[in-house]
Amino acid sequence: MRHVLSVLMENEPGVLSRISGLFSGRGFNIESINAAPTLEKGVTSMTITTIGDELILEQIVKQLRKLVSVIKVVDLTDIPAVEREMVLIKVAASDSRRAEIMRIVDIFRCKVVDVSIDEMVIEAIGDYGKIQAIFNLLQRYGIKEVARTGTVAMKRSMQTMEE
Amino acid sequence: MEISGARVLLECLIKEGVDVVFGFPGGAVIDIYDALPDYPIKHILVRHEQAAAHAADGYARASGRVGVCLVTSGPGATNTVTGIATAYCDSIPMVVFTGQVPSPLIGNDAFQEVDIVGITRPCTKHNYLVKDIKDLPRIIKEAFYLARTGRPGPVLVDVPKDVLQQKMRLKYPEGEPQMRSYNPNYKPNLNQLRKAMTLLAKAKRPLMYIGGGVIMADAHEQVMRLARACRVPVTATLMGLGAMPGDDPLFLGMLGMHGTYAANMAVYNCDLLLAVGARFDDRVTGKPGTFAAKAKIVHVDIDPTSIRKNVQVHVPVVSDCRLALEGMLGILADWDGQTDWEAKHAEWLAQTSEWAASHPLSYDRAASGPVKPQYVVETIYELTRGDAIITTEVGQNQMWAAQFYKFQRPRTLLTSGGLGTMGYGFPAAIGAQMAFPDRLVVDIAGDGSIQMNIQELVTVVWNRLPVKIVILNNGCLGMVRQWQELFYKGNYSSTCFEAQPDFVKLAASYGAKGFLVETTEQVAPVLREAFALDGPVVVDVRVTPGENVYPMVPSGASLSEMLLV
Repeated sequence: MRHVLSVLMENEPGVLSRISGLFSGRGFNIESINAAPTLEKGVTSMTITTIGDELILEQIVKQLRKLVSVIKVVDLTDIPAVEREMVLIKVAASDSRRAEIMRIVDIFRCKVVDVSIDEMVIEAIGDYGKIQAIFNLLQRYGIKEVARTGTVAMKRSMQTMEE
Repeated sequence: MEISGARVLLECLIKEGVDVVFGFPGGAVIDIYDALPDYPIKHILVRHEQAAAHAADGYARASGRVGVCLVTSGPGATNTVTGIATAYCDSIPMVVFTGQVPSPLIGNDAFQEVDIVGITRPCTKHNYLVKDIKDLPRIIKEAFYLARTGRPGPVLVDVPKDVLQQKMRLKYPEGEPQMRSYNPNYKPNLNQLRKAMTLLAKAKRPLMYIGGGVIMADAHEQVMRLARACRVPVTATLMGLGAMPGDDPLFLGMLGMHGTYAANMAVYNCDLLLAVGARFDDRVTGKPGTFAAKAKIVHVDIDPTSIRKNVQVHVPVVSDCRLALEGMLGILADWDGQTDWEAKHAEWLAQTSEWAASHPLSYDRAASGPVKPQYVVETIYELTRGDAIITTEVGQNQMWAAQFYKFQRPRTLLTSGGLGTMGYGFPAAIGAQMAFPDRLVVDIAGDGSIQMNIQELVTVVWNRLPVKIVILNNGCLGMVRQWQELFYKGNYSSTCFEAQPDFVKLAASYGAKGFLVETTEQVAPVLREAFALDGPVVVDVRVTPGENVYPMVPSGASLSEMLLV
C-alpha cells in the first residue's frame, strides 16, 4: 500500500543521505522524496511516499524516528491530510489535437506554460489520483517528457464535520 | 586563553573522563598527537587502525564506559570501519575521532581524503563532520552522550586539519546536551508490564530469553531475582552470556544455532517467552515462523525498531531492561506471595532439567589422539574459576568458548556477536586489559582469525599488557569447513591451510612468550604456567582437525531440528 510520510528533521549537511541511505540499506521502497527548509530555522521538512505492507511501514517509521537527525515522523495515510504534486508534462500537440488537449487542460484546471509548433508543456497540480488521471488521458497524444516535484503533504486542521 | 582545536578536543576528552585512547597517528591528526603528551591520557599505539577500533570496543564492553579511538584521515579512517560496524551491531558505546583533510580541500580528492562520514553513515549511531571550531565542544559532548545513552552505539567525529589548527576560547557545555531530535525513552509503560506479569502468572511453561541489552543496562541482578522468584528457566544469547551464572540451576545455556538442547527445546515448547534485551537475530531464531510458536511473547527492548522486526510479539515493552524488570518485580511484590511458583512450574522445570541431563553439551572425552578443543576451553574455565575476561575471535573458537566456559559475571565475555568479525578478540583483549590491568584477560582464538590482527603482539609487548592468547589450532577455518562438511558435500574449498606460521617463534620474534601444546596431558600445566606469567603469552594448542561444533541447527531450520553429536 502507498503511504505518505511527513518527516521533520534537523537541516544538517548529509541529512538527505541519512534518509535515502536508510531506505536503500534496508530495502525499503521510495516512490518519491521531497525536501525543503521550513520557516523554522534549521529545520527541514520532507515528504516521502513509499510502498509497503503494515509491518514494513511500522519499521520504516520506527527506523526514521531512530535517526538522530529526525525530529518527527507522521504517517499521513490514516489521518486527514492534503496532498499535492506538481508535474510538468511535455505532450505532442499537433494542430488537429491541440483543441482536445486544451479541453483536458481545462477540465483538470491545468495550465499551459509553454507551447511550440508541435508540443505543449502542461503544468498540472493535484493529488496522486488526479495526476494519474491526467497521465492516463494525455497518454494517447504522446507524452514526450515528464518532470515531477514528488508529493508534498500536510495534515489537515481541525475536522469540524466529524466532531 | 585561546587554544587550538587539537587542544580543545583533548580538553573535551578530559571533561568526558577519558583516560585511554587507542589510536594511530597520521598527517591529518598530527596536531592532536603534538598536544597529546601534555594531557593525562594514555595513548595505546596499535599497529593497524582496525585494532584501535576493536580495542576501544573491548574497553567499552569490559568497563561499561565509552571507548575512544583516534586515527588519521583516508586509510586510517577506512581501516576503522570494520571495528565501527562490529560495535554498531553489538550496540557498544564508542567514539571514533578521524582526522580529515583541511576543509578547503574536502571534495577535491586530496591526498588521504575519504568521505568517512558518508562511508560510516549506516554503521554508526550518528556521525559528524566538524566544519567550524566553534561547534567542536558541542559535537564532542553530543558524541559521548549519544554513544552511551538509549541503545548505545559508535559515534564518529570527523575533524578537518584546519579545524584542529584554528583557535578558540574553550567553554565546555555543562549538563546533558539538549537535542530536540533525540530523547531516548527509558521508562516502561506500567500497563504493558502488568500485561506481561499477568501472562507470566497464567503461563505453565515460561522461559526468559535474555540478550546483550541485559548486560548493557546492568539488569543481570533483576533477571536473576525475577527468574528465582517466579522459578522461570533462563536462556541467553551469545551477547547475554554472563548475565546469569553459567552453572545456575535455572540457566539452560545459550540458545540458537549452536545453543544447548535444553535451551532450544525450551524455546520450542514454552508457552510464554519473556525476551529481555535481545533482538531475535536469525542465528537465534532459526526459522522465524517456528520460533517459540506455541508461546505468547513479551519483548522488552530499549530500541522500538527491534520490536516486531523479525518476530511478532504480543506484549511489546519499549524501555530500559533494568527499569522494566524492576517494574515487574514491583508488581510481583504487590501480589504478595499469592502464587506458589515453585509448585506451578515444578513440572516444567523437571522437563527442562531432563532435557539438560539427557543431552548435555559434550564431546568425546575418551578419545585418544590430538587435543579436543572443548577440553582446552573447559580447562581455561577450571583454571580461572570463571573469573577471567574472555575474548574470542569468530568461528568454532567462539562457539566452544560460549558453550564450555561457564561465564559467571556480566562483561566477562567480549565477542563479536552481530557482525561476526574475525580478528576481533585479540585487540578487544587489549582494550579489556587497559580497563582492568590486574585481571586475567584471555583471548580464545582460532589459527585463522588470530592472524587477522596478529600484528598487535608488538602492542601488548611494548605496553606490558599481559594478555593471554590461546589458539585452538586445527589448521583450518573450522566453522566454514564444518559447513562444507555438512552442507557442501565435503568440498573443502580454501578452508584448509597449507601453510601456517610457527606461532611460538612468531610470539618470540615480537618479544612475547610462546608455548606449544600437542597432547591433552600438556594442556592444564602449560595453561597454568602461561596464566601465571606476568606478560603476554601465546599458547598454540594443536587440536583435533575436523572437530565440529554441536549441537547445530542448520541455517533456516527450526530450533527443534538440531544436529546432535
